[in-house]
Amino acid sequence: MSLLSIRNVTKKYASHTALKSISFEIPQSSVFGLLGPNGAGKTSLIRIINQITGPDEGEIYFNGIRLNAGHISQMGYLPEERGLYRKMEVGEQAIYLARLKGLSRAEAISRLKMWFEKFEIAAWWRKKVDELSKGMQQKVQFIITILHQPKLLILDEPFTGFDPINANIIKEELLKIKEGGATIMLSTHRMESVEELCSHIGLIDKAKKILDGSVKEIRKQFRSNIFEVRYHGHAINLANGLWGPYELVDHKIEEDHQYAKIRIEENIPPNQLIRSLVSEVEIVSFNELAPSMNDVFIKAVNEHKATG
Amino acid sequence: MSNITLIIQREFLTRVKKKSFIIMSILGPLLIGGVMALIIYLALNQGEVISKIKVVDESGVIVSKLSDSKSILYERDTMPIAISREIFNGDEYYGILFIPADGLRKPEGITLFTEKQPNVTVVTAIESSVQKLIEDIKLNAAGIRKEVLDSIKTKVSLIQKPVSASGEDKQFSADLTAGIGFAGGLLIYLFVFMYGVQVMRGVMEEKTNRIVEVIISSVKPYQLMMGKIVGVALVGLTQFLIWVVLTIAVTTAVSSFMVGKKSFSSEQIGQLQQYQNKGVNTPAFDTDTIQQPGFLKSLSGFNFTRLLFMFAFYFIGGYLLYSALFAAIGAAVDSETDTQQFILPVSLPLIIAYIVSTIVMTNPESKLGYWFSIIPFTSPVVMMVRMPFDPPVTDIIISMIALIAGFVFTTWFASKIYRTGILMYGKKPTFREMGKWLFYKR
Repeated sequence: MSLLSIRNVTKKYASHTALKSISFEIPQSSVFGLLGPNGAGKTSLIRIINQITGPDEGEIYFNGIRLNAGHISQMGYLPEERGLYRKMEVGEQAIYLARLKGLSRAEAISRLKMWFEKFEIAAWWRKKVDELSKGMQQKVQFIITILHQPKLLILDEPFTGFDPINANIIKEELLKIKEGGATIMLSTHRMESVEELCSHIGLIDKAKKILDGSVKEIRKQFRSNIFEVRYHGHAINLANGLWGPYELVDHKIEEDHQYAKIRIEENIPPNQLIRSLVSEVEIVSFNELAPSMNDVFIKAVNEHKATG
Repeated sequence: MSNITLIIQREFLTRVKKKSFIIMSILGPLLIGGVMALIIYLALNQGEVISKIKVVDESGVIVSKLSDSKSILYERDTMPIAISREIFNGDEYYGILFIPADGLRKPEGITLFTEKQPNVTVVTAIESSVQKLIEDIKLNAAGIRKEVLDSIKTKVSLIQKPVSASGEDKQFSADLTAGIGFAGGLLIYLFVFMYGVQVMRGVMEEKTNRIVEVIISSVKPYQLMMGKIVGVALVGLTQFLIWVVLTIAVTTAVSSFMVGKKSFSSEQIGQLQQYQNKGVNTPAFDTDTIQQPGFLKSLSGFNFTRLLFMFAFYFIGGYLLYSALFAAIGAAVDSETDTQQFILPVSLPLIIAYIVSTIVMTNPESKLGYWFSIIPFTSPVVMMVRMPFDPPVTDIIISMIALIAGFVFTTWFASKIYRTGILMYGKKPTFREMGKWLFYKR
């Protein structure tokens, strides 16, 4: 069953419509990438899921039950524009925010101590927030978001503000959290994160949903039937092997071999190309070039633009 | 603990733990005590500056009778007035007192020439002396002896008491009542402003540092707004209580120390009375009031428990009404400078209330007083001014109900603005846009 079921949600503001009849199913224990160009409507949808605002039409179901105030303690939210009370002590503030999510004081303290040690920031407990560097503040903010072990974790651009090492730590924590049974909704422009983490994606453009499904399915949907061949031999020989339903898309010389990108026509099994090439050149490696999420994004949005 | 209680607790604790709170709590009454001491000291010691006055007396009868005082020295000048003015030396002398030949008959011709605008003290002192002198001369000429005159002169100072016989022990005082009323109104005005602005700043801080979105994913915006308003109110009440306690302690010490040291001399009393005649309003320092043995007794003419209860009600009511509006301003804007255009219309009724209260304090039963003590935007200040005068109970009840309705309305209004405004950045909203926010669905 889906953890979150978004059905025909519409949201209008005075000057424009932010969401037009959006529907998504977020599967349990998935990492769902919510993608879209700037201004597409992602933040509006996230705020509706968090019950910060309400939809004008449509409903959202959490574990089969209509979204209500009781679900707040089961969700964690890290907004894109985020911050903390600057003059308040780190520990005290973390406890306060945890308690607002329903944890008792004692629980909050023990869990925070554990996380602070894990992230090696125990020394910052008594410091005021504005005494920390930005990266430290982000770490604290991340811990606060996950502290109450939410079933649904919504993260809007979680990696900004982190250097590569810390970004990696966060990424690993997220995977552990997912293994622990939580569901994660990730909104980001960093397509590498999407590649590394997401099992499902949903793409919004200009208030409408234009793509949604598991990453596997989507890659299949967007495959361009392009294959990478690395070989030893002459390009002329390669060209010989390409008579047939094949097209050479790219070719270059790499360190100790040659590299070619070849498109195979629809429905022709790749084996056929291999057979065709094997007699002409010495194949070093052969693989399908799966479409990157970046490509998918660009392609889908452009298509949507074209069809209006 | 419910969310709103958590918020109230945080808002309260973060503010009272601040060094500035502790400093203001202690410094506040010390400042007041110090300023009071300074005023009393200066009032009592005005006479230390000596002014030398040259006297050109064409009538010939006055100058010889003029006696020097501690602050004014008279020196006879035999030159004609025109020459005296020519050779006047401003470094040594304060001015020239000119009495024309018919000065006795026509005292309106008596002139004081000074280099620049004279000060009230010197003018009143000279007037007092010369006036007394001329009166004595005229009386003597009419054959009336001074002792006879002194026995005729009467000073009427009404004893003010309640009508009902049960009020035998109490004493009234018009001046004191006006003073207390005004002070109460002023305190409310100051407190509502001070703490309303604190609420506004708190809201703006949350908007600027972006924590607001994190919090309202856990609590409703209304809870955050009310939690902050109530938390700040508690801070205000705490600070007020500390001040009351410390101020009583400090000013009692100061005034008994200062008044004990110097008793009022008759000249100083005369000066203070001249002040009052000139319309310089010093009700708090009315020597009659303070010197009457019944000063403390006249405090008994007030039902202090009722006054304090009313003060608490109007302070809380006025604060709730205005702090909601201040919260709305904080939510609607992005920066300190943007607040200016909104603060003025919101605080205008308070300022008007302050001005009205200066009139009402001397005329508490007026229509002006009635209306402004009922309208919830001005009633916290103006009703407090009327309160020591025991206004009719119906007035009070109508006013209290109106105030409650007032803050319920402003809270409703503010929560709509707050809810939408706190997540809005970048454009400064016009009044029209904000009007639309009133109708947004949750």
